Amino acid sequence: MISGMTELRHKYLRHHKKFPHVWCPGCGNGIVLGAFIRAIERLNLKKDDIVFASGIGCSGRMPTYVDFNTLHTTHGRALTFATGIKLAKPSLNVIVVMGDGDATAIGGNHFIHAARRNLDLTAVIINNQIYGMTGGQASPTTPYGAQSTTSPFSNIEHAFSIAELAVAAGASFVARGTVYHAAQLDKLIEKGIRKKGFSVIEVMSNCHVQFGRRNEMGDPVTMLKWFKDHAVSKDDGSSLPPDSLHDKFTVGILADEDKPNYIEAYKEIREKSQRN
Amino acid sequence: MNAIQTGEKRRMKHELNGKKFLLQGNEAMAEGAIAAGCRFFAGYPITPASEISERMSYRLPQVDGTFIQMEDEISSLGAVIGASLAGVKSMTATSGPGFSLMQENLGYACMTETPCVVVNVMRGGPSTGLPTSPAQGDVLQARWGTHGDHPVIVLSVSSVSECFSITVTAFNLSEKYRVPVVVLSDEVVAHSRETFTIPTADSIEVADRIVPNVPPEWYKPYEDNSRGVPPMAPMGDGYRHHVTGLAHDARGFPTERPDEIEAFSNRQFRKITNGFFEIQITKKLTVEDAEIVVIAYGSVARSARRAVAMARSQGIKAGLIQLVTLFPFPKNTVVNLMRQCKAVIVPEMNMGQISREVKRVNTGLTEVYKYNRIDGKLITPMEIFEEIQKI
Repeated sequence: MISGMTELRHKYLRHHKKFPHVWCPGCGNGIVLGAFIRAIERLNLKKDDIVFASGIGCSGRMPTYVDFNTLHTTHGRALTFATGIKLAKPSLNVIVVMGDGDATAIGGNHFIHAARRNLDLTAVIINNQIYGMTGGQASPTTPYGAQSTTSPFSNIEHAFSIAELAVAAGASFVARGTVYHAAQLDKLIEKGIRKKGFSVIEVMSNCHVQFGRRNEMGDPVTMLKWFKDHAVSKDDGSSLPPDSLHDKFTVGILADEDKPNYIEAYKEIREKSQRN
Repeated sequence: MNAIQTGEKRRMKHELNGKKFLLQGNEAMAEGAIAAGCRFFAGYPITPASEISERMSYRLPQVDGTFIQMEDEISSLGAVIGASLAGVKSMTATSGPGFSLMQENLGYACMTETPCVVVNVMRGGPSTGLPTSPAQGDVLQARWGTHGDHPVIVLSVSSVSECFSITVTAFNLSEKYRVPVVVLSDEVVAHSRETFTIPTADSIEVADRIVPNVPPEWYKPYEDNSRGVPPMAPMGDGYRHHVTGLAHDARGFPTERPDEIEAFSNRQFRKITNGFFEIQITKKLTVEDAEIVVIAYGSVARSARRAVAMARSQGIKAGLIQLVTLFPFPKNTVVNLMRQCKAVIVPEMNMGQISREVKRVNTGLTEVYKYNRIDGKLITPMEIFEEIQKI
């Protein structure tokens, strides 16, 4: 008997192609990929109807491993390619995976505009608070005071809160999860894909090699526990005293709104243009 | 393609084929694109190219296409490549500063062999330069702007009629060879108005990319064949595959094997070399017995045409080669004329970007003179005529 997870792996992974993968042992990316696969399985979508796109970095390698229409684009630009694909073929489910540097530094402008535009895309942003693949340089989500290879004396820039940024930019659906809360993550990604409109799922993840090691965060398991201890459910957060929340972050669904989405609105534009 | 076929009746009344208009170069480019089957356009406002976006925003929804205004030129070309990967012919248009931003994704289109058309309406540069004045300073950028060794096709236009026809050609070459095609216009061509009758649909030759005829499990998206151009499956049609800007093998997966990389890179150049016969487009005027040949392109070719006529009326045996294709540089045509003429004059609105190419292919066959203007003003027929007289 093979287990359910093994079956899913065989169903969705390009297991005979480009393995082993490039990620370090203990990397959170595998948990995100697992959650993504389980969400797709639950949504019962056809592989042919899924486009899985990425930018550059550790997260950028994720689409290589799964058997969908996959696209590994330029650094920070994955959402722009996804925009073209979705507009050209609205029947496709277009899901984009990015890292924190990818999505909010070099791709920051594309990110906020995709949120504002409200095209029906799903963005999964793996936030490990560092540029992992290039060797541990500070990213827009590296905490103030943290060590990195480009802030060897301490990071003096303030971090973005990606999910809150997405809410402010107008995304229809925004959620934050962690690689510790793996079961919740499946559901958040599933809901994001289901949502008609721009969805963002920020996933707090561990890079024990490039971030944890320099900041004395311990091994992967210790880092996962850190996520457990510092995550506060969106529903609980408001009832807790503010003092107890200063080093915490919220997990759960931060925004879920119904707004006119671009594809539907553009259909009306076509009709208007053809009326006369 | 389904989107094009639906709503056929509604669409018919928005067809402009066979009708006569007073059109700007930019507007004619938009019409050329639509005639070539372009159904997706993403762009960002910039002088002197904005009218292309404006017309596309009005015209594309009429023909069941899609226009989107993006947040910058980087994202515009990203969206264009995305739409093309999904099987829809796509275009963007910009000017110098935006063209600089597009270089990154232009390389992606080269690496992934994704057809697309990028229009650059040249204005004075560098930097913000002269937004409302013509120039030809981006010629070598169009060829070499993105990093890495790569093939690309660069065409140029000199009239409203060419804005239409060469845009169609750009799409055809892009689809046939799976390369991005850059069309260089300039401020004068873009904003000149001329009467133009949009050709009837059956008189326009339109080429579509070749799609695979094997079952999905046999499909290798980057497999070599006699033409060096692999069939291209649109995303979502069952041919699931991987597309990456990394060096990749025939299946599209990243590779670091020198043998696979070399085969891939060589094929990129071979496919263009194989197509020289139809890619290298030139137009000739009274060259048969010409002793002095002017080589020009873009709006300067208009002035050159007049200057050559003036010279002929004075009894000077002058001729013109108008380069429609700038790259791959039409070496054979140019060299053949060099063998017969005393001198070649290359007038350009830059410090000599195409004259470098002309000198490169001139192996002592003739004298090459350049004439350059970089003050944002058009080179006049009289200036070229005077250069002809000097020889």
